[in-house]
Amino acid sequence: MSDEPMKAGEEVDLSRRNFLTAATVATGAVGAAFTLVPFIASWKPSERARALGAPLEIDLSKLEPGQMVTQSWRKQPIYVVRRTPEAVAKLEGLGASLKDPSSEASTQPDYTKNAQRSLKPEVLVVYAACTHLGCLPKQYFTQADPEMGADWPGGFFCPCHGSRFDLAGRVFNGSPASANLGIPPHSFTSDSTLVIGIDATQGAA
Amino acid sequence: MAASSDNATDKGGFRVWLNKRLPVDEFVASQLTGYLAPKNFNIWYFFGSLALLVFVIQILSGIFLTMHYKPSELMAFDSVEYIMREVEWGWLIRYMHSTGASFFFIMVYLHMFRAMIYGSYRAPRELLWILGMLLYLALMAEAFMGYVLPWGNMSYWGAQVIVNLFGTIPVVGPAIVEWIRGDYGIADSTLNRFFALHVIAVPFAIAFLILMHLVALRQTGSNNPDGIEIKAKLGPDGKPIDGIPFHPYYTIKDLVGVGVFLIFFCGVMFFVPTFGGLFLEKPNFEAANALSTPEHIAPVWYFTAFYAMLRAVPDQQMGALLMLLAIVVLFFLPWLDRSPVKSIRYKGILSKIALTLFVIAFIALSYLGLAPASDLYVILARVFTAIYFAFFILMPWYTRIEKTKPAPERVTYHG
Repeated sequence: MSDEPMKAGEEVDLSRRNFLTAATVATGAVGAAFTLVPFIASWKPSERARALGAPLEIDLSKLEPGQMVTQSWRKQPIYVVRRTPEAVAKLEGLGASLKDPSSEASTQPDYTKNAQRSLKPEVLVVYAACTHLGCLPKQYFTQADPEMGADWPGGFFCPCHGSRFDLAGRVFNGSPASANLGIPPHSFTSDSTLVIGIDATQGAA
Repeated sequence: MAASSDNATDKGGFRVWLNKRLPVDEFVASQLTGYLAPKNFNIWYFFGSLALLVFVIQILSGIFLTMHYKPSELMAFDSVEYIMREVEWGWLIRYMHSTGASFFFIMVYLHMFRAMIYGSYRAPRELLWILGMLLYLALMAEAFMGYVLPWGNMSYWGAQVIVNLFGTIPVVGPAIVEWIRGDYGIADSTLNRFFALHVIAVPFAIAFLILMHLVALRQTGSNNPDGIEIKAKLGPDGKPIDGIPFHPYYTIKDLVGVGVFLIFFCGVMFFVPTFGGLFLEKPNFEAANALSTPEHIAPVWYFTAFYAMLRAVPDQQMGALLMLLAIVVLFFLPWLDRSPVKSIRYKGILSKIALTLFVIAFIALSYLGLAPASDLYVILARVFTAIYFAFFILMPWYTRIEKTKPAPERVTYHG
């Protein structure tokens, strides 16, 4: 304020100065932290991306047993397989060769946490992303496929790092993936109309 | 701060006028002609300045690429093809940039190896090494995001694999992945933000880190092949006897390096820009397709050593962690080396064996990361991963117990 020397009794009140410094720094830091919010939040999926992630209806009436269709929902490929009755029957006996036979460590809606991992025993709906690093597992539905070996029960094989899955998307021992294929939320509005993105009410057929 | 000998206001012309306002001469005197570097630099000392040269090449070619490139899901792949086929000299600018990416890593790996053989990371240069490691990390981020931009199928699936690595973080992983992508899959939003980071944010960070790296180097002075401090032997003028001015001696020497470098660089750029699929992978000449995984996903060669480690572990979370550790452990190198001497010239046989095995392991892992993950290759990757980590973990032990040769008093020219 002025260049005059300080007079007696005018010593700097250091504790007051330190308090003001700390208060200024703290206020500034809080302000800076709040300023970060819009920048960080701007990276989240936008309104448009969220709208495009709306539920998807699929007609299954033309899907024959043993066939598979690939659909895309929220940019994630989804496999819908109509399993043959033999394939469904074979799922039961695979327990010992699977990493997570009862899907305890895997992610799926509760209504698919059963022996077939599905709402309807014959219709499998899984994310087609390997739980290792997100590659697309390829379909090897033929039992004892020559490429997969004599004891191959039919399922999926990931070409990237060699993970193998059965026809319920459960991962076999010795695969780099450690969880079964994920299952998207889905439900049936009629016997042959599958809706991906809307959860089935518990206990529905 | 102006040049102190010229006090006359209207004498000396422009140079004096300038130096009173901007300390150009003082900067040159303190940083170039007055910066004394050891006189025994050998061929390994080319790669720092060459890495800087590649950085300049990348900035220059990158600026011109952004003038034609379109960072959108629908147009990215086509705009790169447009650059290759229709923009005048576009093919050259693009190949300059893609060749530059691989040469950046070649230069940086050789530069890091130089530091490892001559102990340049040792005290008092720990921070110099750490700044260099941060540069290496920034370069990895820059290279990864740059590889996504052409939006070829390998770009897309590479992004998928790398971004999903963040999903292995406990609890918050999936939310972080969605935040990075800005969508429910690798999408337009991901490409657009990677573009922004690749052309603005990370290059700024790299430029800043290069500046810090050089400032730290000026503070400690360069190491040399003998791993001794030239500042320990001062002449009557108080300057290191074994130091010579960086300019003109090493600027001229580096120019020779630039000449040789450009022969190799242009050779690749003009004649083998894809380098047999190593510098530009074949699946990347197809547009990104979310519903079709390339038969065999592998990153570009400079990441494959770490990728091999990732694949060597059956559990994905542990694999990602191991890959991270492989890089983190390098930061601790200055404190792991307990040898009384810095340079490999005077270290004992154990250090020499360990470093040789480390180099073999790194090259082998780089190869295995490119190859398909067959059973044999996974086992080999495990062996070499173990060697990679053993090099660091056992270092405090083998550098201490081995018999070393005494380091010389003055720098030498061979030995």
